[in-house]
This record gives sequence, structure tokens and C-alpha cells, in this order.
Amino acid sequence: MHELSLTQSIVATCERHAEGQPVKRVMLKVGRLAGVELDALRFCFGVCSEQTLLREATLEIEEIPGLGECQQCHQRVDMDRLIAVCPCEKRARLRLVAGDEFMIQAIEV
Amino acid sequence: MCGTCGCSDPSNVTIDDGRGVHTHILADGTEVTHSHERGGSQHHAHEHGGSQHHAHEHGGSQHHGHEHGGSQHHAHEHGGSQPHTHHSDRSIAPAHDTTLITLEQRVLAKNERLAERNRAFFLGRKLSVVNLMSSPGSGKTCLLERTLTELRPHVDVAVLEGDQETSNDAARLRQTGAPVVQINTGTGCHLEADMVWRGLSQLDPPAGSTLFIENVGNLVCPALFDLGEHARVVLFSVTEGEDKPVKYPHMFRRADLVLLTKTDLLPYLEFDLDRAHSSITEVAPDAEVLQLSTKSGEGVDAWVQWLKRLSRETVGR
Ligand SMILES: Nc1nc2c(ncn2[C@@H]2O[C@H](COP(=O)(O)OP(=O)(O)O)[C@@H](O)[C@H]2O)c(=O)[nH]1
Ligand SMILES: [Mg+2]
Ligand SMILES: [Zn+2]
Repeated sequence: MHELSLTQSIVATCERHAEGQPVKRVMLKVGRLAGVELDALRFCFGVCSEQTLLREATLEIEEIPGLGECQQCHQRVDMDRLIAVCPCEKRARLRLVAGDEFMIQAIEV
Repeated sequence: MCGTCGCSDPSNVTIDDGRGVHTHILADGTEVTHSHERGGSQHHAHEHGGSQHHAHEHGGSQHHGHEHGGSQHHAHEHGGSQPHTHHSDRSIAPAHDTTLITLEQRVLAKNERLAERNRAFFLGRKLSVVNLMSSPGSGKTCLLERTLTELRPHVDVAVLEGDQETSNDAARLRQTGAPVVQINTGTGCHLEADMVWRGLSQLDPPAGSTLFIENVGNLVCPALFDLGEHARVVLFSVTEGEDKPVKYPHMFRRADLVLLTKTDLLPYLEFDLDRAHSSITEVAPDAEVLQLSTKSGEGVDAWVQWLKRLSRETVGR
């Protein structure tokens, strides 16, 4: 479960920026194709934030749907899973436009 | 994790060079090195290198230096309407108010920075570095055993061996004569760039060598962590389902080479090779694909040639 080490890293970053103040909210942006399980992330956040400045913080996750763009026909394709090839006739490569984000947007102290 | 060591944090990482020197990396990055008497009793005291203390310095009051990369400034958006002033870029909000600190920081950015450092090391040493990944049991260690033996007369080799527990695989691989350092990740299910960095300092791979990193057996977690490698090789054995690549697209989509392994078993299975290939193509259309059997040796030569070519391309020989 890589969410554990990712969450440890999130908590450490937020603590550094909170500069001693208790954190009230943590706002993340997570793409649906980022390879991160949100349930696991929430669970790990509960565990990792104990005894830190984040112990009272609520975790808010903005989910970003997956979106690809065909390199040939340039149509935009909704992606609910990672596919590499456009469904169009040309079967061209899809470039991932959105959905692989994994960011700490902001914290509220 | 070291069973005899006092460190009880399950996320401890240990690195073992096979000569009894043993480094623990605690969850907060503190490094503790000590040596175990090989073959000694299960329970023995050990000294922790230098500082003796397992002091965990946690974030909070520690160093507050932060690097703001280029565009990342502390933009403050205040929820409330009451205006107040800031000293420096650090906001001191009234107690009744809250302050929004915009970070816009990618969670994997730190690992990627550390992977960059590995890449610089690889370049300096003229190493050609392969990250081997698969589910547990797809045949990574067996293939490495054979590969090390075949390559050694032509190219120097070295191995970083990742497993959650035990040094079994490292011990197997050392029998080929290659230098091997074991990295145990404890509960960690993947290698990260800083573990590789620490492993490298013990491995000290010879200049110009091909370095193999056997990642922890797992088709999910290692996919997200760049180690600085030149090539990602994903193994997938014919005893697994043909649709593995579609089920684990994160792992396969960034593979440079997919190895379909254990082909000696094909006559006994109903494994549809065409389906397996189209499953790979669906998520990783640009990956090369080779079929091989470590047992029969079929296809091993093409793999060895692939490695030699990689070495020529990255090392420029
Ligand atoms: N039939 C057959 N079995 C293999 C082959 N390669 C590995 N194995 C077996 O697969 C099992 C797991 O191999 P191992 O290399 O330890 O897998 P790892 O977990 O990916 O390192 C062992 O029992 C091996 O003997 C192969 O080419 N053919
Ligand atoms: Mg193995
Ligand atoms: Zn198209």
C-alpha cells in the first residue's frame, strides 16, 4: 500500500508549511488515474496525522476525471481507466490531458 | 526489519551488504548503522553508529527552511472579509481567523528530485540501470541469476535487491559472484529513490556496470516511484492472466520492455499468447516485448542482447 508512504510525505509537507500552527484543513487534488486509492489515502491520513499538527485537520479531496486527447484526430476522450490508444479509426496514441494529478493544493491553519 | 534491533517502527528500511553491516532508515529519515556478527545468536547487543540516539526529530519545530521552487509562492487567500497585514511571506492570522496557505505541490515531487540525484550518480559512474518489476513469483530473481552469469564475462554487473523481508534473494544472487546489496522495506511495498541512493553507497557499483534493481514484488505500488533508472522492465509470467497489463495499467504503461516469462510452461497451460500481446499493446503500445524461459533458456539470448544494447546506449560504449 503505497498510500502509506505518500500520506507520510503529505503530512510532513503540510507540517513544514504550517510552521507550528494547528492545521484545520488539508486540500488535495487527486486524479482518478493517478494510481492512488482514495479510501486507502483517507485511512492512512487518519493514522499518519495523529500526534502531528494535522491531528484535527479534515481532509478534502478534489477528484479530477481522466481525459485524453488523440494525437491524430484530436478528439477528447473521457478515460475512466488508463488506455493508451484512441477508439477512433486511426487507433492513434492518446495523450493524457487530465486525471493523473496528485497535489497538495492548500492547507488552512 | 532487523529482528534484534530496538527500532520497532514497522516502516523501517534496512540495507544489508552481506558482510554484516546494516543500516536502518527510520521513518523520519534518521540513519542508523550497526553491524551484526554473522551467524551469531539471535539476540545480541549492538552499537548504533556514532550518535547512539534514535532521536526522531519530527517536523514541527525543526528546521523551517523551505525552498520555494520558482512559481510556488505563498499566496494567501483569506476566507473572511477582515483584511490584515502580513509580515514577510509568513502569515500571522488573528487567532479567530483562518489562513489558507496555497502549496500546489506535487506529492511525488520529493521522490522525483531524489530520482534526479540518482540519475546524476548513474551518469557520473556510467551505469546502465534497469528497474525490474512484477508480481511476486513472476521469475525476477531466477532470471537475474541467469542473466548475471551470462553478462559477467562481458559487462560488470551489480544488484540492488528489494524485498519486504529476508536476504534470501540477495544470498542467491551473490552466488553468481556479483556484488549485491539487499534493501528490506519492512511494511513498505515498493522501493523509493532515497532507498536506492542509500543502497548505492553500500553497493559502490563499478564504473561502466549494468545495475539491476529488483523491485519489491508488486504490480501496483512500485509504478509511481521513479528510481532514476534508464529502463523499466516489467515481467509477466504465462501462469498469470493474459489481461494482467490491462488490470495493472500504471505498471505496464511506462514499461520500456515487457518480458513474458516461463514460456516453457505454455504446453501445459491454456494461455492465449495473442491475447496477452494485445493486452500489452492496449496499455503500452510503445513497449518492446520479449518472450523467454529462464528454465529452458529460450529467449534469454535476446534479453541479454537487449541489455547489452541498453548498456551501449546509456554508457556510450
Ligand atoms: N517453469 C518455470 N519456472 C520458473 C521460471 N522462472 C522462475 N520460475 C519459478 O518461479 C518461482 C518464482 O521465481 P522467482 O525468481 O523467485 O520470482 P520473483 O518473486 O519474481 O523473484 C520459482 O519457484 C522459480 O523456480 C521459468 O522460466 N520456468
Ligand atoms: Mg525475487
Ligand atoms: Zn483519434
